Amino acid sequence: MMHNMEHTAHTVKSYDEELALLVNTIAHMGSLAETQLASAVQAVVWRDSDLANHVVASDSRIDELEQEVHKQVMRLLALRQPVAIDLRNIVIGLKISSDLERIADYAANLAKRAVVLNQLPTVKPVAGVPRMARLAQELIQDVLIAYVERDENKAVTTWKRDEEMDEMYISLFRELVTYMMEDPRTITACTHLMFMAKNIERIGDHVTNIAESIHFLIEGTLLRCRRPKRDISA
Amino acid sequence: MSLFAKDDAHLVTQGEPLLVETACAKLSARNVNVFYGEKHAIKNVTLDINCNEVTALIGPSGCGKSTFLRCLNRMNDTIDTCRVTGTITLDGENIYTPKVDAVYLRTRVGMVFQKPNPFPKSIFENVAYGPRIHGLTSSRSELESVVLTSLERAGLLEEVSDRLHASGISLSGGQQQRLCIARAIAVSPEVILMDEPCSALDPIATAKIEELIDELQHNFTIVIVTHSMQQAARVSQRTAFFHLGELVECGGTEQIFTNPVHRLTQGYITGRFG
Repeated sequence: MMHNMEHTAHTVKSYDEELALLVNTIAHMGSLAETQLASAVQAVVWRDSDLANHVVASDSRIDELEQEVHKQVMRLLALRQPVAIDLRNIVIGLKISSDLERIADYAANLAKRAVVLNQLPTVKPVAGVPRMARLAQELIQDVLIAYVERDENKAVTTWKRDEEMDEMYISLFRELVTYMMEDPRTITACTHLMFMAKNIERIGDHVTNIAESIHFLIEGTLLRCRRPKRDISA
Repeated sequence: MSLFAKDDAHLVTQGEPLLVETACAKLSARNVNVFYGEKHAIKNVTLDINCNEVTALIGPSGCGKSTFLRCLNRMNDTIDTCRVTGTITLDGENIYTPKVDAVYLRTRVGMVFQKPNPFPKSIFENVAYGPRIHGLTSSRSELESVVLTSLERAGLLEEVSDRLHASGISLSGGQQQRLCIARAIAVSPEVILMDEPCSALDPIATAKIEELIDELQHNFTIVIVTHSMQQAARVSQRTAFFHLGELVECGGTEQIFTNPVHRLTQGYITGRFG
């Protein structure tokens, strides 16, 4: 029983309830951010500007949840004086909520560009964006599971998979450049796509931040080596 | 049968070397065991107390932290059934050899208790008592100077300077505790042992004692037993966690409270014990 002390309950039950509420709020934020990303990309694929506008309007809900997380963290720090794994859990809650808020911002940005893109003729490389987004969604889902289940292996695996994202970004980047050189009339649309790809690539970086936070939660140390970056411009 | 599983057998953790070679160890306990009759109260504890540092001893009731503290100036000698094995050295000298005079030892290793216990004497006499019986001063003026300096260092002088001859018992609880600290430092000890010095005090009096501990550590080595983990975190540089008579983990206070190595330590400090 002593051996999994960090997983056993606090003597004071309300403390456990408050910690569980914090994790739930963050998990809820995460699933909303992932949905926002999915809808934004759907709006690109379907050329559905209503859906895109809906995504933009929904971003405020995630901002509200971030504020809610901040409130809970302040309260826990002030009233519980957490230490050790509880302290790390609460501190990373603050960090993860910022990362998720940024992810949702990128999703909203994708949606805004979708509205513009929908007014331009379709260009072929548009297919690269949903491909990247699918990977981003998978990474968000995995990192959220790792967070809720405190699964360090899953966190590190997700962290490593950001490399796939970087590779996809570089290849889409090249494809778009080639396309624009071949047909300068597509430059406007392709530039938007390029920014969208960059946004999704940045979402991947925030996922790796979250994975690093999970590692810190469990091990109490920083993930040591930096993930190798393929392209310094990426 | 040990409480601990195989991987817990070697309780002292690797997070930070227990025996700090670089810092000077004022007190060194090696394989200390304490028995009260049949009861094995301290089990094979090895721990260094560094110079000019505050070391906090924490752990649940009955874990042996107070017993260990009382070994450091042989207060346990007063208990007939108590037996101590192993060695404890003060500046490299074993304090448990017969030639060591326990009374003299206690002038070098002073003690402050949980409940303030001033003598039923004046404030002045409370502080003058130690230097007088140990013949540490050679004149009235020297004694006065020692008393005033001690009260000053204990942060009490300003509050009592106009009533040095009032009874020590007339002071508030927090003032009485600072009087006891003044009394302890009047004989110029090198180490001050504090056994839950703030547990009978309100938060403001507690803050004053904690501020005093911060000040005193420049000149003294301090070992404090406390039930308040927040207090251990606030005042100490090193924290040692005891459980069932064993030293589970000792490390820098920051490390202990942010990333303890041992599960038992984590369970205790985060409030998941038992």
